Amino acid sequence: MTGGAGAALALAIPFLAVPGIWLARRRPNVREAVTFLAAVSLCGLVMSLAPAVLCGERPAIDLFEMLPGLSVALKVEPLGWLFAAVASSLWVVSTFYSAGYLRGNDEGHQTRFFACFALSLGAAVGVAFAGNLLTLFLFYELLTLVTWPLVTHHGTEEAKRGGRVYLGLLVGTSVLFLLPAIVATWVIAGTLEFAADGILAGKLDASSAAVLLALFMFGIGKAALMPFHRWLPAAMVAPTPVSALLHAVAVVKAGAFCVIKVVVGVFGIETLAGLGGAAWLTAVAGFTLIAASVVALRADNLKRRLAYSTVSQLAYVTMAASLLTPLAVMGAALHLVAHAFGKITLFFAAGSIYTAAHKTAVSELDGIGRVMPWTMGAFAIGALSMIGLPPAAGFLSKWFILSGAMSAADWLAVAVLAVSTLLNAGYYLPIVFRAFFVAPGTPSAGVREAPLAMVASQVVTAGACVALFAFPGPVIGFARAVAGG
Amino acid sequence: MLLAHLPILIVVLPLVAAPLVVLVRHGGVGWAVALGVSAASTAMSVAVLAEVPGTGVLSYAIGSWEPPWGIEYRIDAGNALVALLVSAVATIVLPAAKRTVLLEVGADREYLFYALFLLCLCGLLGIALTGDAFNVFVFLEISSLATYALIALGRDRRALTAAYQYLLLGTIGATLYVIGVGLLYLVTGTLNFADMAQRLPAVVDRRPVIAGLAFITVGMGLKAAIFPLHAWLPNAYAHAPSAVSAFLAATATKVSLYVMMRVYYSVIGAPTAFGAEPTGAILMALSIAALLVGSGAAIVQRDLRLMLAFSSVGQIGYITLGISLASAAGMTAAMAHLINHGLTKGALFLLVAGVALRLGGTRFEQIAGLGRTMPITSFAIVIGGLSLIGVPGTAGFASKWALVVAAIGAGLWWVAAIVLASSLLALAYVWKFVEAAYLSAPPAGAPARGEAPADVTVPALVLTAAVVAFGLHATPVLEASSRAASAFLRGWP
Amino acid sequence: MTTLGHLGYWATVALLMTGLYIVIARGHLVKKLVGLGLFQSSVYLLYIVPGKLVGGTSPIVDQGARVYSNPLPHVLILTAIVVGVATLAVGLALAVRIREAYGTVEEDEILAADDHDG
Repeated sequence: MTGGAGAALALAIPFLAVPGIWLARRRPNVREAVTFLAAVSLCGLVMSLAPAVLCGERPAIDLFEMLPGLSVALKVEPLGWLFAAVASSLWVVSTFYSAGYLRGNDEGHQTRFFACFALSLGAAVGVAFAGNLLTLFLFYELLTLVTWPLVTHHGTEEAKRGGRVYLGLLVGTSVLFLLPAIVATWVIAGTLEFAADGILAGKLDASSAAVLLALFMFGIGKAALMPFHRWLPAAMVAPTPVSALLHAVAVVKAGAFCVIKVVVGVFGIETLAGLGGAAWLTAVAGFTLIAASVVALRADNLKRRLAYSTVSQLAYVTMAASLLTPLAVMGAALHLVAHAFGKITLFFAAGSIYTAAHKTAVSELDGIGRVMPWTMGAFAIGALSMIGLPPAAGFLSKWFILSGAMSAADWLAVAVLAVSTLLNAGYYLPIVFRAFFVAPGTPSAGVREAPLAMVASQVVTAGACVALFAFPGPVIGFARAVAGG
Repeated sequence: MLLAHLPILIVVLPLVAAPLVVLVRHGGVGWAVALGVSAASTAMSVAVLAEVPGTGVLSYAIGSWEPPWGIEYRIDAGNALVALLVSAVATIVLPAAKRTVLLEVGADREYLFYALFLLCLCGLLGIALTGDAFNVFVFLEISSLATYALIALGRDRRALTAAYQYLLLGTIGATLYVIGVGLLYLVTGTLNFADMAQRLPAVVDRRPVIAGLAFITVGMGLKAAIFPLHAWLPNAYAHAPSAVSAFLAATATKVSLYVMMRVYYSVIGAPTAFGAEPTGAILMALSIAALLVGSGAAIVQRDLRLMLAFSSVGQIGYITLGISLASAAGMTAAMAHLINHGLTKGALFLLVAGVALRLGGTRFEQIAGLGRTMPITSFAIVIGGLSLIGVPGTAGFASKWALVVAAIGAGLWWVAAIVLASSLLALAYVWKFVEAAYLSAPPAGAPARGEAPADVTVPALVLTAAVVAFGLHATPVLEASSRAASAFLRGWP
Repeated sequence: MTTLGHLGYWATVALLMTGLYIVIARGHLVKKLVGLGLFQSSVYLLYIVPGKLVGGTSPIVDQGARVYSNPLPHVLILTAIVVGVATLAVGLALAVRIREAYGTVEEDEILAADDHDG
């Protein structure tokens, strides 16, 4: 099997799983087995592409022509591979977790849930392996649409409202800003294929580059750059597994991925640096970073705090990309991976707390670490990764971003990173402290650890956080390839 | 031999079949004849379209009276495509019509329905294929008179008032068109489009030409429901029999838009119509108003059919916007949207016909929980809705892409911005349906889970599948549109 | 050409505007159709008047006749008259059906009844 066909097959697997999930709708165990099988085979297939990609191969395939001269095309390159690998491996873990969560909480519409989940993963893989901007846009929009039923899963008024904000902001930004940016790129460059050093070299002046970049950056609403970040907290009405895999990994990472992809593959780092059109982006991303952290600091609802933390962490990626140095881009790619593992752990823990103790507020968590040690232990590791402390993966990516900022002599970015680290510590450490060292106010009788499937999942992802710190070699190899070195 | 007579056969076949159906007085036979004729017209349209590749023009002199004295049928890549759209949609709608017509119109008048349908088809095809300005008027009235009667056959009494209203406005529109043609005739002495185009440059007194242009614009604008001349459309589409809504929504206004394109580009010529005169600016302003007002009005409707009808007003704005850009790219976008919107609205109205059949109505409180009661239909409506929004992977995206490329290519950034902003209005009304269908409980007394009968659902799904297929692989439509656009721009020398 | 020479056009415009006014201003469905008929008949004049040439003969090819009237407008307008009659017939039929359904042919009463239906 050639690499290109492998990429096409990887894209097809989640979509093929949907009929299987639907057919097995009356038998939950079979249904989850189908999802698990799809997840494992997708993960295996993506992994099997790794050696070739690391060796510099770029498996590509043209699927069909969509518009004259523009095909739906796949091309596996290091960044896309990283994203696909993260999404597919975490899909495996979260399948266990979802099954535990949905059954533990007696959620309805479980078949719809797993079907949409598989579709979301398919769309995410499509985004990851997109060979040109049109393909990227196709799957980007698909991802928005297929996650909407998951956001509004509960069907309540609140879910409906959340769904409206979610859809309005994501589709709104993509149609109003991203689509014109893509069309403009097509008109200016005559191609939409990604290239290692961009496709707009020598075709833009400084001011139009800044405008086009703004259209792209605000158009990629999934990257949650302020002021278009509100969909992410709104999406928290979804069941926690959705928040965990989609709104900490697949959807938001699709946004971060697109940001890096556009900066590197469409504009080209050197072209953009030469035009000096990205300084404003560093500032906006820096502002988002700090502002979201401040909001997170004040949020009492645990999932809301995590959501704003995600907004802030996504801004790291955007800011790193805007620094336009290979080191910072490497940091951005690493952060995409590190944040995924850290944040999914945190969300898994939040879901476990909800399932086991029915608690959603930070202020209710006093002493919960004593009854749920595994959950809160995993949470602590995730929190360390968010803050950027060893021995968690977040340390690595922050290190590279910081080095990138210093090598670019961008002292504003350095300052932002320093302040945000303090803020991160400010809103994560108190949770860990409360959980382990504050005595519970009211004895919460009967609270035990969450179901095994859930505990196991979060231990695995927390372990992955540590493993990434301890053995960063392969991932750094890919990140280096992303930055073109 | 037969091939040479195809241009006229396409039109004559339904014209001859209509009175035969009346004579036979049998509903089933009428339906079969209508279906057979539509299928034959489709096949012949395909053959004709294949005959006029690229630069070719097919000319047919009726009764062997040489043009410009006799009536000429003149076919190029532009109108062949329109004829194909009309006949193909008729062929797909008719299988679904059988059951709905029997229910909505009644067995006693069933055969009359099919006779009228055939006349309407004949008129629309005639408008598309003829090369004679006055002949367009005649066919326009043939199709319009049939349409008034068809709409009046609708389920409740509001269909009668809708038909009456349409009759008044439609007749005014057709009369204004014929006045415009008269003025052009006075200065050129010919009614043949191609001949007229040749003689017009030599006309010294331009004022009748400009007046003629204005009259034709307003007249055809009325028939095409260009904002603010759209008042007749929502009620007509909403209260007509289901099959009629689907057929008209996909074809009727499109044919009038075709006449506008023909007159602007092939007869008057772009330099006069868009260079010397402000047609482009006026059309663009009206199109933008249509996008905003039509889609905006769709959001507040409480009936699914009315919502779709107002959405048509908005979507027609995209087509006229493409015409107003006066460029090959703009015309390509206009033609592509003409086809894509025809397919999308045809699909949607057919799906809604199935909904009406099972639930007895299409008000939003009746269709609550449709995702549960009619899952397949409901999902297909969502796909059609996504095409109205212009989500990638649906036909609507391809034409919107072409339109935005044309606008940006012409440096009109603000137009592109408005086009895209109006998609968000479409998002709002489509999502109103989605929330009603998926996030509301079915009303008490709703029928059990199940789809409409297959003969209604399958044609609708075929059109829906076409919407997706032409969205994922839009090249054939865009290339045919591009050939049509260059045929219009080249004119008929 | 003098103002008098444009007489035919003046008549056309007068008929056109009178007809259109009636269609808009009258609420009675049958009266509206009368207005519509007037409106259409203006076109008949527009076409036929220029067809007649002063001093021209009937359009029969004959020795000696050099100037003759144009027959084509008559043919066209014959068609247009047929169309007009058909339109009027359909319009009147609709008016009859509306009266059966609503019990009135006054537009405002019909609208009120429709509003009542919701």
